[in-house]
Amino acid sequence: MVDNQSAFVAFERVQKSYDGEVLVVKDLNLSMPKGEFLTMLGPSGSGKTTCLMMLAGFETATHGDILLDGTSINNIPPHKRGIGMVFQNYALFPHMTVAENLAFPLEVRKIGKSEREEKVMRALGMVQMQDFAGRRPAQLSGGQQQRIALSRALVFEPELVLMDEPLGALDKQLRETLQFEITNLAHELGITTVYVTHDQTEALTMSDRVAVFDDGRIQQLAAPDELYEKPQNSFVAQFIGENNTLDGIVQEIRGDTCIVKLDSGDIIDAVPVNIQAVGERTQVSIRPERVEIDRSRLQEDAHTLKAEVLEFIYMGDIFRTRLRVAGKDDFVIKTRNAPDQRRLKPGEMIEIGWLAQDCRALDA
Amino acid sequence: MTLVLAADGRPLKTSLNRALRRQKLRALMLIAPLLIFILVSFVMPIADMLFRSVENEIVVETLPRTVATLDGWDSESGQAPDEDVFTALYFDLVLAAEYKTHTRLGSRLNYEMTGISSLFRKSGRSVDDFPTNNYTDVIQAADTSYGDPAQWAAWMADDVVRAALPMTANIYDAWAKMIVDTEEDLPIEEVPWDFVYTSLYLEVMEGADPPISLDLSTVAPVTLRDQFYDVDKDWLDPEVWKIIKIYSPEYTNGYFLNSVDRLKGPEGVEVRPDNEQIYITLFIRTMIMSGSIMGMCVLLGYPIAWLLANLPARKANMLMILVLLPFWTSLLVRTSAWKVLLQQQGVINDTLVWYHSTWLGQFLDPIFMGFLNLCYAFVNVITWVWNVLNGIWGGTDGLYMDWAVAGFERLALINNQTGTVIAMTHILLPFMILPLFSVMKTIPISYLRAAKSLGATNWTAFWRVYFPQSIPGIGAGCILVFILSIGYYITPELVGGTKGVFISNRIAYHISSSLNWGLAAALGTILLVIVMGLYWMYDKIVGIDNVKLGG
Repeated sequence: MVDNQSAFVAFERVQKSYDGEVLVVKDLNLSMPKGEFLTMLGPSGSGKTTCLMMLAGFETATHGDILLDGTSINNIPPHKRGIGMVFQNYALFPHMTVAENLAFPLEVRKIGKSEREEKVMRALGMVQMQDFAGRRPAQLSGGQQQRIALSRALVFEPELVLMDEPLGALDKQLRETLQFEITNLAHELGITTVYVTHDQTEALTMSDRVAVFDDGRIQQLAAPDELYEKPQNSFVAQFIGENNTLDGIVQEIRGDTCIVKLDSGDIIDAVPVNIQAVGERTQVSIRPERVEIDRSRLQEDAHTLKAEVLEFIYMGDIFRTRLRVAGKDDFVIKTRNAPDQRRLKPGEMIEIGWLAQDCRALDA
Repeated sequence: MTLVLAADGRPLKTSLNRALRRQKLRALMLIAPLLIFILVSFVMPIADMLFRSVENEIVVETLPRTVATLDGWDSESGQAPDEDVFTALYFDLVLAAEYKTHTRLGSRLNYEMTGISSLFRKSGRSVDDFPTNNYTDVIQAADTSYGDPAQWAAWMADDVVRAALPMTANIYDAWAKMIVDTEEDLPIEEVPWDFVYTSLYLEVMEGADPPISLDLSTVAPVTLRDQFYDVDKDWLDPEVWKIIKIYSPEYTNGYFLNSVDRLKGPEGVEVRPDNEQIYITLFIRTMIMSGSIMGMCVLLGYPIAWLLANLPARKANMLMILVLLPFWTSLLVRTSAWKVLLQQQGVINDTLVWYHSTWLGQFLDPIFMGFLNLCYAFVNVITWVWNVLNGIWGGTDGLYMDWAVAGFERLALINNQTGTVIAMTHILLPFMILPLFSVMKTIPISYLRAAKSLGATNWTAFWRVYFPQSIPGIGAGCILVFILSIGYYITPELVGGTKGVFISNRIAYHISSSLNWGLAAALGTILLVIVMGLYWMYDKIVGIDNVKLGG
């Protein structure tokens, strides 16, 4: 965590309500150091876009302060904030050519013609689009338009760039290429970036840190690996990646591990994350790829569960197997397609287990 | 290129056409009722109406012989034509009077020269009383066969007689047709009328061979020229004959010339005298006022359309209902409401009078008045300088001062151009708002946001980004409002007085009151051409692809 004094962007106890009845953003606190790539991830209606719009200045915070480089920007109109922004639908001005679009922010800043042209060409160069300067946005493909939108947001050299689901309308392959380009560019130029998306893969692959939003709050703010491997609550665990959950009661807490008695009566090992006491209801979460089907790879005293194979799906690089475990038939495991890997058959009975640290006991 | 064949061996093109034919036929059948309706009830009447603007068959149809003989008359001689023409006129007029077409011809020629109508009416009545019965009596006395209808019919069926007496044959045929048409009698039972005998007399006197020889040298000739002169002295006025000669062709550009304040003189086109010039002024006024109405609609409609496109749905719907409200009220009611509001003793003037009596008015009036006078003084100085530059000394004759003096009297808001512009702006405003709205609806708010995030102020964002994208809507609204307003006529008629009427009011007048349909058609054609010309210009300048009425 960065303290608010040295933070480049900071939200302090920010609340937002549109109708005076419901808070769409509840008590948001967030601080970002300079040069960070932060992603706001969450389902629609979670308040992430509202936060972005407040930062850009298109919405006003109902309560709280938004600081940019140490000064409150609550009362600064959007055009004086100097924040670059990329929109989901690109928002390239259709009546201007690509070059005119890029020159627009420079023109309104009263930058001379020659300098303007030079900067435009440099910005187009960053996204390898120099040859398209004379085209109209309508003559470009979606990916090209997004590149132009990106370079337009960067051409006036802002220190902070906001991106509102910029890749939402593109196909998968293009999205992956552009994800890579955007992160590279942001790091190369040392820009601070706030990126909004509902696509968790995008969030994990691109960001330095990810803020998972739900219900107007940040549920967890962490680096991608931590977010994936150590979700702080069941929402994050559910939202990020694929996840198996089992419900039960905490039976024993032993330092950094605990024993959970599932509703089916089975006993499993887990890491206590946000449970406080024995006897509390909990939801344990375990990633499909961390489930072991080979007893020999587990600790001697590890608890195991009986499982029935329901379905085996061959997915090329991995095998995806659906099991019935502890009375639930949506338990999924993923195994690597290695030469010695067992291919399970439906109806087969197996024994599964995991390392205690991979299984997290979360709030019910 | 090789011919592509379908699976059954026929050329692919033929197969495709066959497959599509049913579809096309069905589509055609669906639109057929409307197409036929439009053709019969709209396109054909309009085409007919437009044709009337050049059609002028009435002269040659009513006076065919006169027109033919008039060819030999020199309209520059300053003399009325000679006896030949009057003889032809006599024949034509007798027939026309019987068919009762001479009054219509009179009205037609009266458009070109006042007085011709009564001239024809009077002559039509008197032409039967010309003393040509003298010829009849003499010829019938010479041989009784000439008084026998059957004998006449027999002669006139004989080619030898017809060749000997071509004019008489021609007149007899016309008479026979007339007898059948108007009297519903058979020519074989009727003794020919005097003018047939007149024709026979004239031909015999010129040496033609009648079927039974006649000696008519002792008969006292009747000079038809004098006869016509006795009916009305105007028949010897060369001006009357000039008009008849000028308008004798079947087609004329006279109506069009009239529409642009020109006149068809014997030597060509002439400008009408100043006191008869009206249409060009009216056309220009129509254009300028339609332009002002269009401008007012843009100014007033743009912000409303913007609100409509950007308010939340509930409020926007409410506002939309308010915009459409005028459509639910009769046009006449709305226009009459403006009469109530705008008249000298109307709501607006009463309110202004009341305002001037309040303390605020009492306080502000002198200040406002002073400011107004200052403005007028400034205008006067400019005018004076302008005049001096143009070599006129003085000339600021207090024209602008009059306004200032009239400043706080009741405003003349109706029965003038102001009234027309106000009422028509109100009536046509929805036609500006709706296309504007439908275009603005398609401009996402993110463009404005993007512009602002790029550093543009609200105004720059609007002017550089939003406004250019709304131009198609402005274009569509302008075309709609302008074209609607140049053809408008009810509202100007009701609130326009004499100064605020449009060319369409004049067209309506000629259609329904003066019955000069040819002129109305010519004015209408010119209006149509102007509209199409403006449309073409618009297409060249803005591009018709840029017009959006929705979507």
